[in-house]
Amino acid sequence: MQRIPILKMGPFLLVTIQVDLHDRLVMALQDDLTNMVSKTGARGVLIDISSLDMVDSFIGRMLGGIAAVTRLMDAQTVVVGMQPAVAITMVELGLDLPGVLTALNVERGMELLRSRLGLVREMAHDIDTKA
Amino acid sequence: MTLIPKRERFPVTCAQEIVAVRQRVRDHATFLGFNRLDQTKLMTATSELARNMLDYAGGGTVFIEQVEAQGRRGLQITFEDQGPGIADLDLAMQDGYTSGNGLGHGLPGAKRLVNDFFISSRVDEGTQIVIVRWM
Repeated sequence: MQRIPILKMGPFLLVTIQVDLHDRLVMALQDDLTNMVSKTGARGVLIDISSLDMVDSFIGRMLGGIAAVTRLMDAQTVVVGMQPAVAITMVELGLDLPGVLTALNVERGMELLRSRLGLVREMAHDIDTKA
Repeated sequence: MTLIPKRERFPVTCAQEIVAVRQRVRDHATFLGFNRLDQTKLMTATSELARNMLDYAGGGTVFIEQVEAQGRRGLQITFEDQGPGIADLDLAMQDGYTSGNGLGHGLPGAKRLVNDFFISSRVDEGTQIVIVRWM
């Protein structure tokens, strides 16, 4: 079965969604992320959805579920890269992402994770270059 | 882009087919010249309504149709199922109301994303929803 790759980057896990999400794929991602957080002790998860041309209530609910589960495992999830058209459509649909942190892009998402986790920039930079 | 038929019909019996239908909606919307935002709205409304069909009626049929009225072109999408029907349409159209495990955004949310929204439903016979977005 098709899987969305999860990259480890220092204390973070990085997911870039590049394909149109169908149900099984999203549910597999939730499973895989949960296992990876447990295995690696990751403190943060960054999900880049810049390639997604649509977020419906199902995908929204799954993103919220991932954030909630990782939070219980002491990891923070940030969703980044939402396209403007997707954001506008979600608001009109009446869908927000309760409990999900968002940032404009990967860079800002990383900054947000670091500040949330109290990691100083130098240290985070150090981890980046080692990873 | 290759020529696409003015009217197409798709069965929706599983979640994968929802993905196929919304991608086809994007193809039609792009072909007609809809901008990015309108394409996104059409795809999202389609996804919500097709999922409703799957969740509450066990599936159904989607028709994608390029239409024209008063010199305007539009994309019309019809969702037809032979499910249990909706007993109280007014209630179903209320924001936040859900009879299942959804968030209750499906119908009223999809309605906000399009220009025209028609719904008819008969208990034990099925539901038909027609949405149109005009250029």
